[in-house]
Amino acid sequence: MDSKELCKEVERISGINPRKCMKCGKCSATCPAFEEMDIHPHEFVSLLCDGRIDRLLKSKSLWRCVSCFACVERCPRDVEPARLIEAVRVCLIRNRNENFISPDEIPSMLDPQLPQQAIVSTFRKFRK
Amino acid sequence: MQINDNLEKSEFKPLIVAFCCNWCSYAGADLAGTGRLAYPADVKIIRVPCSCRVNPMFILKAFERGADGVIICGCHPGDCHYSTGNYYARRRMTLLFSMLDYLGIERGRTRVEWVSAAEGQKFSLVMNDFSKQIHQLGENKKLGDIRCKKQQD
Amino acid sequence: MQRIGVFICWCGSNIAATVDVAKVAEEIKKEPGVVYVKDYQYMCSEAGQLLVKNAIKEHKLTGVVICSCSPRMHEATFRKTAKAAGLNPYMLEVANIREQCSWIHKDRKEATEKAIILARAAVAKVSLNTPLQPGESAVTKRALVIGGGIAGIQSALDIADAGYKVDIVEREPTIGGKMAQLDKTFPTLDCAACILTPKMVEAAQHENITLYTYSEVEEVKGFVGNFDVKIRKKARYVDETKCTGCAVCTNKCPSRKAGNEFNCSLDKRGAIYIPFAQAVPNVAVIDTEHCLHFKTGKCGLCQKNCSANAIDFDQKDEIIEEKYGAIVVATGYQISDVTKYDEFQYTEHPDVVTSLELERLMNAAGPTKGVLLRPSNHQHPKDIVFIQCVGSRDTTSRGKCYCSKICCMYTAKHAMLIREKYPDVNVHVFYIDVRTPGKNFDEFYRRAVEQYNVDYIKGMVGKVYENEKGGLTVRAVNLITNERVMIDTDMVVLAAAIEPSAGVKKVASMLTASIDTNNFLTEAHPKLRPVESPTAGVFLSGVCQGPKDIPETVSQAGAAAVKVVGLLAKDKLVTNPCTAEPNELMCNGCSSCEKVCPYGAITYVEKMLNDRGIKETRRVASVNSAVCQGCGACTVACPSGAMDLKGFSNKQIMAEVDAICK
Repeated sequence: MDSKELCKEVERISGINPRKCMKCGKCSATCPAFEEMDIHPHEFVSLLCDGRIDRLLKSKSLWRCVSCFACVERCPRDVEPARLIEAVRVCLIRNRNENFISPDEIPSMLDPQLPQQAIVSTFRKFRK
Repeated sequence: MQINDNLEKSEFKPLIVAFCCNWCSYAGADLAGTGRLAYPADVKIIRVPCSCRVNPMFILKAFERGADGVIICGCHPGDCHYSTGNYYARRRMTLLFSMLDYLGIERGRTRVEWVSAAEGQKFSLVMNDFSKQIHQLGENKKLGDIRCKKQQD
Repeated sequence: MQRIGVFICWCGSNIAATVDVAKVAEEIKKEPGVVYVKDYQYMCSEAGQLLVKNAIKEHKLTGVVICSCSPRMHEATFRKTAKAAGLNPYMLEVANIREQCSWIHKDRKEATEKAIILARAAVAKVSLNTPLQPGESAVTKRALVIGGGIAGIQSALDIADAGYKVDIVEREPTIGGKMAQLDKTFPTLDCAACILTPKMVEAAQHENITLYTYSEVEEVKGFVGNFDVKIRKKARYVDETKCTGCAVCTNKCPSRKAGNEFNCSLDKRGAIYIPFAQAVPNVAVIDTEHCLHFKTGKCGLCQKNCSANAIDFDQKDEIIEEKYGAIVVATGYQISDVTKYDEFQYTEHPDVVTSLELERLMNAAGPTKGVLLRPSNHQHPKDIVFIQCVGSRDTTSRGKCYCSKICCMYTAKHAMLIREKYPDVNVHVFYIDVRTPGKNFDEFYRRAVEQYNVDYIKGMVGKVYENEKGGLTVRAVNLITNERVMIDTDMVVLAAAIEPSAGVKKVASMLTASIDTNNFLTEAHPKLRPVESPTAGVFLSGVCQGPKDIPETVSQAGAAAVKVVGLLAKDKLVTNPCTAEPNELMCNGCSSCEKVCPYGAITYVEKMLNDRGIKETRRVASVNSAVCQGCGACTVACPSGAMDLKGFSNKQIMAEVDAICK
């Protein structure tokens, strides 16, 4: 699939139209993992709008999002960046059928301040 | 046999008559037009001064002449331009629809919707949905007057 | 047999691009009764109208169908054209092939087919039209203005200056509205009170204006030119005619629990109070919820101390009934609920305030006497953060989808005023876009940035939280530098969305004026009739119609006033001729129609009739066509089918149904 088609696929999986974004940056402002990311949530949405999914697929941010849903909760336009990020991950996994983190890598990455919910959701993601 | 041939048309194009109140839903339809919010061309609108002007006879007539669905659009309860017209419409249609139900006409072929003058989007959504529903129900055979059909040919 | 002419408009390419106009013309020619068909680029233009006029004369047309835009747009235009050519204007029908056809369908074949059907229906209807003569109704030369803010005051003053009586009904104990609470106004920075209070006084003293403060509209009946309105004048428990506004009672009152509404509840007031020093009327009012006399039956200190003997604990609500020719709605706005935005800590921390609260904190008549102090510890703040678009442009269930329009400008004003008065305070503004369309608006905003060094940061704030030092930390991202921004601040000001006043829905229902999904009142036409409601005789002034700043509100208030004056200046109004009419020979006098008529337009009379040679006196329905508004409820209620509606008769609608289902 090319970038454009992949973007369509992301929209289909997430059920979200990223063009609803008004570029206010509240998602990035609210994101606890902001400093860890190379592509910040607001850029993520913007790149999806532009159809430049290739950069997202290679980004570290894709796996830095802990799915805490703070951005989903606070986005004033119902764009819900976390769900878009999740959809890109699903896209990638479906396409390549490979995992990016093995279960034994996880303990070393654990952060005591990380919310429980995030840990559970990470495990859910990398179950295979 | 010609009639049967007609019925077996591959693509079913329903005929939907919409009675729209001049003060709300007719203006809502205009707003849908101004906003280029598409809905199927199956829907043909008849302007009435108020939803309470819609005589049940008009609906029966439409079905008799081959309409596949009839929708009545009025102002939201409490917002009638004439204070109470939409309440009369609601009562009358409730009675009519239950009678049609008794006659074996699918409930989905008739509908009452409240659409205000500012709800162009809702108008378009309602019409799309209603048209889809009529597509699923197929052609109205029970009330259609065959004599009316013959005249057509 | 009718001789019908059909005129098909291209509307430039608006219709012609999707509808095959020539094909419609060709098909419609085959309809019975159609003797003339013509298509033209712009039917509503002068040349187009001339075409219609000439055709009516040349071809002796008895009916005309115009296939064009919505009848709500140009029906009146074409009816005038028909009249000018000597044809009864009600012998004309419009087929809506633009809004309800060409604009919503893409497929040319489909759109053309539908246009033909719509035209056919109009032809079928017009061939059953009968010439109608509009009647006349009288106009009550008095206007009602609902809402006594700047919009209502301005409308009332303009109408009163033109020589007509006006009543202002204001829910609160004083007129003045939101503008009275403001400190300065943008972009000139003149003091709101200095420009508003003279107008309030002028309204109170104007011989043509009657103020009903602390009153609400209870019931509206009737129609344009003849509204019957009931106004509930709530009991103040203070005799307005006796009270001198000396304010002794307000100082003596021992209850100090009630939040002072005028200061956004930032301080307290007594149970008997005068909203603010320049209140009009300058009369006290008792808040029974907090008054010890009403709660316990004791106290009565105010009564003992009133030298004018104005306190009357036994006062009752009063109902005033009045007739009006026109009604102006000027119900204004309120600040939307920001408590839902828990990320901004509004309910948690007293130093997080809304802009209106800041307005009071900076006002010389406010709770801090105009000295900017942190509400939490009454100390001078060093940093202030402004957050824009709180609740505006928010499509979730928490907010409003529209832009509140005034926030960018008042924030620039606040920032500038603070920097001017306290150069040691750092001001940061978090914005998404700065919207400054308006005369001298952008210059004003740029002055805040360039001259006053206000720190504008692009990016919405994600979170506000209390830090260890007892201050607030604001977390955001600077979208220009793409970096995290953390600012320790002493105060946070939220530019909360504005929304129509809470009571507007009730008012709109009473007036049968339509409102949109955001509760703003709808205008009759968004471009060409922006100050009129679709309901005749109801006019819109100020923010009740949509977000506006003060100059816009004042101009709209003036515009609404002109429309009212234009209406009141007429001695007679032309009434809608599409009224109900009974067939007396068919009427059996059952009273069904009388019961459903919302206007009481139907009465019963004993009448001598000649029914096919049999002469007898029967009880039959009679419609007062001046009162009938033409809803048609009676036509359906009539069991014998005697009642019909002119212009929308049973036969006409049946013919339309037939034509569509052909």
